[in-house]
Order: sequence, then C-alpha cells, then structure tokens
Amino acid sequence: MSIEISNVGKRFGDFVALDDVTVSIPAGSLTALLGPSGGGKSTLLRIIAGLEHADSGRVEIEGVDATSLPPQKRDVGFVFQHYAAFKHLSVFRNVAFGLEIRKRPKDEIKARVDELLELVHLDQFGDRLPAQLSGGQRQRMALARALAVEPKVLLLDEPFGALDAKVRKELRDWLRRLHDEVHVTTVFVTHDQEEALEVADEIVVINEGRVEQIGTPDALYDEPESDFVMSFLGPVTTLRGQLIRPHDIELRTTEAPAARAGTVSRLVRVGFEVRVDVVSADEVTTVSLTRAEARSLGLEEGTAVWLEVAPGAQVRTPGATAPGSGTPTTAGSR
Amino acid sequence: MMWFSLLVLIPLVAIVVTASEGGWSGFADALTNEQTAAAIRLTVGMAFLVTAVNVVMGTTIAWVLVRDRFPGQRFLEVLIDIPFALPTIVAGLVLLSLYGPDSPLPVDIANKRSAVFVAFLFVTLPFIVRTVQPVLEELERDVEEAAMSLGASRFTTFRRITLPSIIPAIAAGAALAFARAVSEYGSLVLLSGNLPMKTEVTSVRILSSIENDNLVGAAAVATILLGISLLVIVTFDLLQRRLVRRG
Repeated sequence: MSIEISNVGKRFGDFVALDDVTVSIPAGSLTALLGPSGGGKSTLLRIIAGLEHADSGRVEIEGVDATSLPPQKRDVGFVFQHYAAFKHLSVFRNVAFGLEIRKRPKDEIKARVDELLELVHLDQFGDRLPAQLSGGQRQRMALARALAVEPKVLLLDEPFGALDAKVRKELRDWLRRLHDEVHVTTVFVTHDQEEALEVADEIVVINEGRVEQIGTPDALYDEPESDFVMSFLGPVTTLRGQLIRPHDIELRTTEAPAARAGTVSRLVRVGFEVRVDVVSADEVTTVSLTRAEARSLGLEEGTAVWLEVAPGAQVRTPGATAPGSGTPTTAGSR
Repeated sequence: MMWFSLLVLIPLVAIVVTASEGGWSGFADALTNEQTAAAIRLTVGMAFLVTAVNVVMGTTIAWVLVRDRFPGQRFLEVLIDIPFALPTIVAGLVLLSLYGPDSPLPVDIANKRSAVFVAFLFVTLPFIVRTVQPVLEELERDVEEAAMSLGASRFTTFRRITLPSIIPAIAAGAALAFARAVSEYGSLVLLSGNLPMKTEVTSVRILSSIENDNLVGAAAVATILLGISLLVIVTFDLLQRRLVRRG
C-alpha cells in the first residue's frame, strides 16, 4: 500500500471536516476521492500533502510516517484547481522550479523540463508566460511542474473543475493515458461522478467527513452499500418503493401480469436519451429509454404503460445497509 | 488628456519656462550656490534613506496586516492613514512637541538632521503599506502552497514566488514615498530649524528664494528637483521590471 490513512480526524472550529477516516491507497493506482462539495475530500487530500494538519490519526506515505512532516519533505506533487501558476515565470521556469530548488545541474534541468513539456504537449510554449496559455494548457503545465520532481505521489484537487465541459473531457482522457504511461500513485478529488467512473481504478466516496464506500467503479455502481452512494453515482428512481436506476426498468405498452401499471406524465428528450415520467398508484417513476425505443413504442403523454425490473438489474430497499440483492423481487414472475 | 494637461503638464511647463528665463547660467548659479547644493544633497539623500527604510518596514507592516490576526488590528489599520489625513503643519507641531526641546521624552532632535529624517519617515509611512496591502490580499495562497510542495522553504517561497508578485507594488509605493519626501515642507519646517548648510531642505530653500524675489532661481532649483524625481521614478520602474523578470 502506498498511502495509508488511519483514523484521521479534522475540525475547523465546530465544523467536522473529517471524522475518523481510514483509507488505503494502493501503489501505482489512480484513485478518485468522490463526494459532494464540503464533504471533506479536499481536506483529506490536503492532509496527505501536508498543507493541512490532521487533529488526530496518522498518514503514511510509502511506509514512512508523514503525519508531522512539512509539505516540503513529503515528496508529493500537488495540482490545484486554479492552476496556482507562478505568473511571473515562463512555462519552462515554472516546470523547472522544483528542480532549481533541488539545485540540479542546469543541463539536467533543461533535459528533464523539455521531456516533460513534450509529455504534456507544451513543447512549443516553454517561453510563454502562464497568462498567455489557455486554462487547459495551464493545468497541463501545473501537472508537468508537479511531475518534474518525480514525486512518490501525485495529488490533484479538482484538477478540471475550472475548465469548460469539452476541455474537461479531453483532459480527463489524457490524464488516464498519462497515468498509464507514468504509473505514479495518483489521487484526485472530484465531485463529478462521471469523471470518477471514467478515469479512476478505485473510488473512495466521502460524504459529511466519512468514508461511505471504497471500491472499483463497477462495484460502486452495481453494488452500492448505501442509498447515498447509489444516488450519488448515477440517476436513481423508485419502483414499488425500491430504489432502481432508470435504465434498469423495462417499459412496455402491453399489459404484463406482474408489471406495474401507470400513465406517461412527461417526456423529456436529452440528446440520444428520452426520460419518461410514469405516474402509477402512489409514485412517479422515471424510466430512461433510447430515442429509438421511445419512438418505436409510440409514447406520448397519457399513454398507458407497464413497468418491470429488467433481468439482472439491481434494486435497493431504501435505508438498507447491505448491497442490493442481485435478484429483483419481480424476476421470478417473468 | 486635457484634464491631465491642465492639472499637471501646464504647471510643470510653466516652471521649466520660468527657470529657462535665467538661461543656463541660472541653473549653474543655482547649482554652484553652496547653500542650494547642500539643501539638494540633504533632501535627496534623506529621501533615499527614508524610502529604503519604508521598503522594509512598509512591506513588513502590510504583511502583518494581511497575514496575521491580532487584537487591535482595525485600530492599527486606521492609524496607518493618520499621516495622510493630518495637515502636514499639524504633523510638524506634533513632531515638535514630541521630539523638540520641550519634549516629555528624553529626546531632542530639534535643529538636527535627524529631524528631517523623522519628519520624512512620518509622512511617507502609509505609501508602501497601502500599495502593497491590496496586492498581498489578492495573492492566492495556493501559489505559495504549490511552491512549498515542490520543496521550497518558507523563505525561498517568499523570495522567489511572493516577493516578485509584490515588487511592482513596492516600487510604486517607493516612488510615491520618495516624491513625497523630496517635496515635504510643513512637517519638518518647525522641528528642523532650517539651518542653512545643515538642516535646510530644498522646499524651504525654494520658498526663501521666492521671498527674496529670486523667482528664476527658485524655478531653477525646482526644475533640478523635478529632474531628479523623474529620474528616480523611472529608475525604480526599470529596477522593478528587471527584478520581476529574474524571478
């Protein structure tokens, strides 16, 4: 294990930012700390970096107790949401900063910085000032700067949070590929579940200062251990009082014995997806269909429909503490 | 531009024109006059000294005001501006009663050169504090944190990251402080005693020239002073640019 966080607690005045958090982050992995804003995930990252000190508990980085080490001695690279560029220094000097501090010989610094600038596709921009770069380029520069000192651990705090949707997506793919090349243990903070699901090897869900669940993206999505995790990782609706994902419901326009009868109350089209609100006895269920499916069923507001759980789908009883059972209640009647 | 011309350019040109009525000999006379030369030396020398002290103290005070929290902070904030708010002649009276012959303190710097220094120091205190403070407040803490996580000590972080960001503000404040010191009259005229060759500053010298109906001489001294101030301000700016670029 590369980063070992045991029983870490942190308060800001009366506010409990972290409450007895224990997490192990494996070496060489790409881990996401996922959760809503103010849930404590950034605080945890800053504690790993030494930018914040835990009130209690222990932080170990590659077997070394780092609990009371200052940030300079931790050997971590940190990337900030708002780039934290050294505005008065050129892109080259920004990346070289950590190496200059370590008093490496000039030609070694030049070789290393050139190599890194190529890695982050900024080799043409070495002489520019950060202000002359776009947001995405600035963040790549910040990443190269953090990687320059060959840290044991790379920490990214909402690294794409300040970028627009398209650049975000590009950088996300690029980070994944970069990690596959460089293989440094990486932890990034995000409140965007899609980002976490797409990029991370492992996700730690943090809410209200506590770890909700740790697991691979698939495990979290398919076997959430709490209502919170289930609803945070993707869309959720209710069918017969059970929590279920809208794409795990089968909708038909002909009556089926065990299916739930209802009426379409609303149709919303979002690109290729159509969201159908169905009102039945005591609940409104949202079903998501592809556009082609919706068209072939000829749905419109007022259409009578029947709903049932798709085979193999997960459902959760609200408030349950174990993962949802793999055998939905209605499966036997098919 | 017209506003600027009316307020600044036309008066400046008027001074230079008046000075040139005496021709080059007017300048030469003004400069070779022992008493005038001594006054210029004293004024410019003290202004430099005071500016240097202010660069260090002003930056430190701004730092403390922005980064530290302590009881009485608001009070200190207001206190900094007192030299701005006080009419200079009132400042002169305050200084005289504090540091003059009848002072309750065991100091008497009346009629000494240090009187000029103290008066300059008093009136120029707010300049660097007030120019550096807002820049320091705007500075993002994560930039310093980035430097530290890259291995830079607190001192190195300050020298290589924080300082270059505030140097332009320090330079601007220093230029203001210097210009203010060079032109100071009210606050020192009581305490310094205006002894020729010893504590007489240029502004006092110019006034006495005017009182003696030597308008051309006064304008010549003023023009020289103007030249020095301009040179210093430009030098500060160039220096600042170089320092920032070096990082």
